[in-house]
Amino acid sequence: MKRTISIVLLLAGTIMLAGCPKKHNVNEPPVAGTQVPESSSASGNEGASTSTNPLGGDAANAARSLNAAPLSKKIIYFDFDKSEIKQEYADIITTAARNLTGNPNLKLKLEGNTDNRGTREYNIGLGERRAQAVRRALLLQGVSESQLSTTSFGAERPAVEGDDESAWSQNRRVELVYGP
Amino acid sequence: MNKLCSVAFFALLMWGAAARAQFVVEVTRGQTQPIPIAVVPFASAEVSAASFDVAQMINDDLARSGRFRTMDVKDMIDQPHTGANISFDDWRRLNNDYMVVGSLQNTAADRYSITYELYNVLTRQRLLGFQINANRPGLRVASHQIADAVFEKILGMRGAFSTRIAYISARGHVPNRTYELVVADADGENPRVVTQSKEPLMSPAWSPDGAELAYVSFEDRLSTIYVQNLKSGERRRLSAHAGVNQAPAWSPDGKKMALTLSTRDGNLDVYVMDLETQALTRITDDPGIDTEPQWAKDGLSLYFTSDRAGGPQIYKVGIRPGDKPRRLTFQGSYNARPRISPDESQMAFVTQDEGGYRIATMDLRGRGDVQVVTKGPFDVSPSYAPNGAVVIYASRDHGRGVLALVSADGHVQQRLVASEGELQEPAWAPF
Repeated sequence: MKRTISIVLLLAGTIMLAGCPKKHNVNEPPVAGTQVPESSSASGNEGASTSTNPLGGDAANAARSLNAAPLSKKIIYFDFDKSEIKQEYADIITTAARNLTGNPNLKLKLEGNTDNRGTREYNIGLGERRAQAVRRALLLQGVSESQLSTTSFGAERPAVEGDDESAWSQNRRVELVYGP
Repeated sequence: MNKLCSVAFFALLMWGAAARAQFVVEVTRGQTQPIPIAVVPFASAEVSAASFDVAQMINDDLARSGRFRTMDVKDMIDQPHTGANISFDDWRRLNNDYMVVGSLQNTAADRYSITYELYNVLTRQRLLGFQINANRPGLRVASHQIADAVFEKILGMRGAFSTRIAYISARGHVPNRTYELVVADADGENPRVVTQSKEPLMSPAWSPDGAELAYVSFEDRLSTIYVQNLKSGERRRLSAHAGVNQAPAWSPDGKKMALTLSTRDGNLDVYVMDLETQALTRITDDPGIDTEPQWAKDGLSLYFTSDRAGGPQIYKVGIRPGDKPRRLTFQGSYNARPRISPDESQMAFVTQDEGGYRIATMDLRGRGDVQVVTKGPFDVSPSYAPNGAVVIYASRDHGRGVLALVSADGHVQQRLVASEGELQEPAWAPF
């Protein structure tokens, strides 16, 4: 009897699903660094904007081409337990600032990450600190606050798997993800 | 319609159970004086009909608790099924303090009856004698209940074998990982997927009544706190502010949620949300990282991690306005992610020393003695069993995330080896 009920419910669920808006059951597979962040429907989310504007299309195209750049142009790596931006990444910051000041409709999301040592939730804080370091550097170069947002993945979204320094050094990073 | 859709979707996920995270228990360090007990295989006329070994399950539960040394079946001289047939002198000579005997009978189609007795071998006294009726799926539940009863009768402490754990399972490899929030029985059996995502899931937290789980999902590539009802599968979005939404923790009365939010310039602080009104109260206000809140038993203060003094340390603060945080940890440069034992006599947390990241406990009633109870080097996410006897935590073994157990006194350590996947962030459910 129980089994019959389960089957009926399963069928009902499947039918209901068929009528659902797609975003409820589909999470597009992440393609590292190339995905334009979806605007969030979350209430109270000041960072994301869902409004359309006449230049939005241009910004979308610009974001797509900027996101297609090689990883070396859009990832900033950090030393262990540090959030200072090393001199070698000054060019990435300057280029990003130029992109954003040149196209006021363009947005940039800064995704902070850590290696997998330490506690997970404290690592979220460390990843946020790194994203904020990049954000401050961009603000200093004249980028508008409204063009920038941050997300910290902490240790949850490693670029490379492994429990050694070579993996860790590639995971302590901020990724630059453009969007309209 | 949208609400209905998410209900249907998650209900589907719940039936799509994941039967792969079963634990193999390896005792890596045992207590010096475990209590010797023999759980004799139960009489079962219809072995093939039931194909279920009640005694084995009781035996495994008791062994896993670290408090008992169970006897191998091959060392048993005979297999009595009732007290009348026990040769107490013989079992005493085999160094058993206690014995469990019983039988399993098939009384009707899909109806079973378990009879069991617990004896003190020294005094020959019958301590327990019960009969339990169950259907086939109920046999597992009944066996855990018997283990709970035996545990409580002998140790005077409620057993936690019938409880559940939640954890995160990450499957596949970067960048094509799938994350699952799983709820399983305390022995790792019977895993059910609560929700899954292509983006990270983290920080599962049980409601005090065990009916709901709060967790963090990055499914929109932003952190969001959700609360999901386990029975209906329905979930609601609790916190989706710009920036960080992290570390949910239910108040003991279930009416408030502590959580971590960030300001626009990235300052993480601890807040308390009234779950009825959604009103937020800011609890900490410091430029450092303040996170990983955990409630005191009275619901009037919070333990949390802060790096206001440099490295992360654990503090306690009252939730009334104006209360000043008090620092609790002073040994070493990294002490984080506090979890409080059910009677608040002890705190488990993550500490870093030359052994790496390890689980430590602090005595909260006496002088604040600290004891490092695991070997590391990647031990994080401690969570107390609801009886406070054991702490489950996440560890790494040959590059893979595994779950492990350590008794609250540090004497017994065990690893739970999953057949596949990377297991993280165990959270033990309440009774």
